[in-house]
Amino acid sequence: MSATAKTPILELAGLRKSFGRMEIIRGVDLAVVQGERHAIIGPNGAGKSTLFHLVSGHLRPSAGAIRLRGESIEGLPPQSINRRGLSRSFQVTNIFPRLSVWENVRCATLWSLGHRYSFWRDVERLDDVTRRTEEILTEIDLIDRRRTPAGVLTYGEQRALEIGLTIAGHADVLLLDEPTAGMSHAETERVVALIRKVSEKRTLLMIEHDMQVVFDLADRISVLVYGEIIACDTPARIKANAAVQQAYLGTEAA
Amino acid sequence: MTDARTLPRTDAIGGRRPGFLARHAVWIALALALLLLPYLFSSRLALSTMSMMGTMIIFALSYNMLLGQTGLLSFGHAVFFGLGGFFTVHVLNAAGSGDWPIPLPLFPVVGGLGGLAFGILFGWVATKRAGTAFAMITLGIGELVVSSALILRRFFGGEEGITTDRTDVMSFFGYGFGPQLQVYYLIAAWCFLSIAAMYAITRTPFGRIANAVRDNPQRTAFIGYDTSRVRFIAFSLSGLFAGIAGGLSVVNFEIVNAAQMGAVESGSVILMTYIGGVGNFAGPIIGAILVTWLQLILSDATQIWPLYVGLLFIGMVMFVPGGIAGLLAMQAPVMAARKLHRVVPFYLLALAPGIVALVGLSVLIETSHQFSIRASYGPQLTLYSIPLDATSPLPWVAGVVLAVAGGILFMRAERLARDAYHAAVAQGGQG
Repeated sequence: MSATAKTPILELAGLRKSFGRMEIIRGVDLAVVQGERHAIIGPNGAGKSTLFHLVSGHLRPSAGAIRLRGESIEGLPPQSINRRGLSRSFQVTNIFPRLSVWENVRCATLWSLGHRYSFWRDVERLDDVTRRTEEILTEIDLIDRRRTPAGVLTYGEQRALEIGLTIAGHADVLLLDEPTAGMSHAETERVVALIRKVSEKRTLLMIEHDMQVVFDLADRISVLVYGEIIACDTPARIKANAAVQQAYLGTEAA
Repeated sequence: MTDARTLPRTDAIGGRRPGFLARHAVWIALALALLLLPYLFSSRLALSTMSMMGTMIIFALSYNMLLGQTGLLSFGHAVFFGLGGFFTVHVLNAAGSGDWPIPLPLFPVVGGLGGLAFGILFGWVATKRAGTAFAMITLGIGELVVSSALILRRFFGGEEGITTDRTDVMSFFGYGFGPQLQVYYLIAAWCFLSIAAMYAITRTPFGRIANAVRDNPQRTAFIGYDTSRVRFIAFSLSGLFAGIAGGLSVVNFEIVNAAQMGAVESGSVILMTYIGGVGNFAGPIIGAILVTWLQLILSDATQIWPLYVGLLFIGMVMFVPGGIAGLLAMQAPVMAARKLHRVVPFYLLALAPGIVALVGLSVLIETSHQFSIRASYGPQLTLYSIPLDATSPLPWVAGVVLAVAGGILFMRAERLARDAYHAAVAQGGQG
């Protein structure tokens, strides 16, 4: 795999997180290289979402380092990490329910286009914002639903909007937390195509339970079991890995 | 003034923009209304009432920058209204005795700057937190300021407050602002400007992000925004406009006292905003007009008028959470379907027994008030021009009958009205 030769854009070193006496993440080392699609798999309760919370600033690590393009980001608030170019989606849909679809995406473009907290400029006249919002809505195929309040979209549409919010800024590292969870077969196919498209010029780290999706999309796979990464390799070798089969795939296949 | 939350004007992608008149129709109508109202209602009382309404409109809108736009429930908003008033009154007195060349119409700026300064100061503390903690901090700030008003008597004037004479300052193009009509126009102009400014703010990047913070603060952080910074800016700006309202109140009444910063006033602005409707930009305007008017006529009619305002508030929160503006906005799809004539008769049908029930309730309330708290004044009372005796069974029986019968009929009619509404909307959807 040529990807391993490149420099890591996101690096986790000795990362730990405890809640009280429970240690959920127990020393994770991971290097995600620029441009790759990297999947994290593992059984329920392995700590996958916690890992995303640590990387995205939602939780503070108990120990260890997180580096984005070589800069330490561990313990920074979510907005600072987002501004450095790392954006995430959520496992449970996390959108702005009372705002229209258009407004949802528009809000997600504002910071990266430099409009910050401006309370003196008419948002309708910011052509860069309008263009970018249209682009994103076209990309996630919700342009016809732009006037609908996000809270009344169908589940599949909300999941697409979730991805839209994640890619609307300038982030080039995307963390997608179970983007296909709870979807029908047809919806899953559509989302996989969308993920393939949006990850073309970006780096992708994603948690996914659907093995079909994982093997379809990922360049490399890391297997997280009880807060530790037990294997990190190409899909083919992960499939063949005995430890992984025992810990995870075996139960999945049965 | 459509709902700030609803949809982008850009909805017609590549569509044609309507002409100037059409785009600004609401604003032109508002300006005309403000200009012409004194010709319709020209009595001194009416002018003074409308002046007060104008002040309260700004105050309630400034409160909705927090509650409706940013999702912040503050229990201390009157602090900024009151402090704006005190700054204005002191500068007004200094300008009057020192012959400063500042005309009266500029003094609300002083109030606004005072409100802004303290909005920044207190906001810096309060907006570190959101939700319940924020609400508690603002409650504490309100108590803090009111109690320090009793200590700093030079500035706050003790219980009497501080008086001024607005005619002492430099005249403005020959206007001395003695007559109430001139004061009305001064307030109307500031009211128009403030409404326009606050509406414009809802349509800026900050305004939209404030809505995002209201809807989902957690996600807002993950699209790059510091939510406490957003709350801080909202808090400071709302302090600015509350201060302008306080300054206008001083210009109108020529007095300000510490009670105007207190919990009762902070509660009053919550009532206005909520009754009018927090989800709609125009809601607080409606609420400020209605509640100011209710306070005037009710306080004229009965000693226990706050009870009625309280009941109205509880009723609105329970049954009409969208407020009056929300009810009106619900009629938009009916109007679009041209089915208004199908629903209005049902609304009136529900309104009639509703009024009967309210009359019955008020008879019961007033009779028990006369019977208990006002017992030493004797059992005689006059309600709706009818002399009654609180010790006789008549008012009690009549009250119960009216309230119960009206209530039951209202509930039936309300169900019919609801059905008619849904039918009209559904038909509109098909057509």
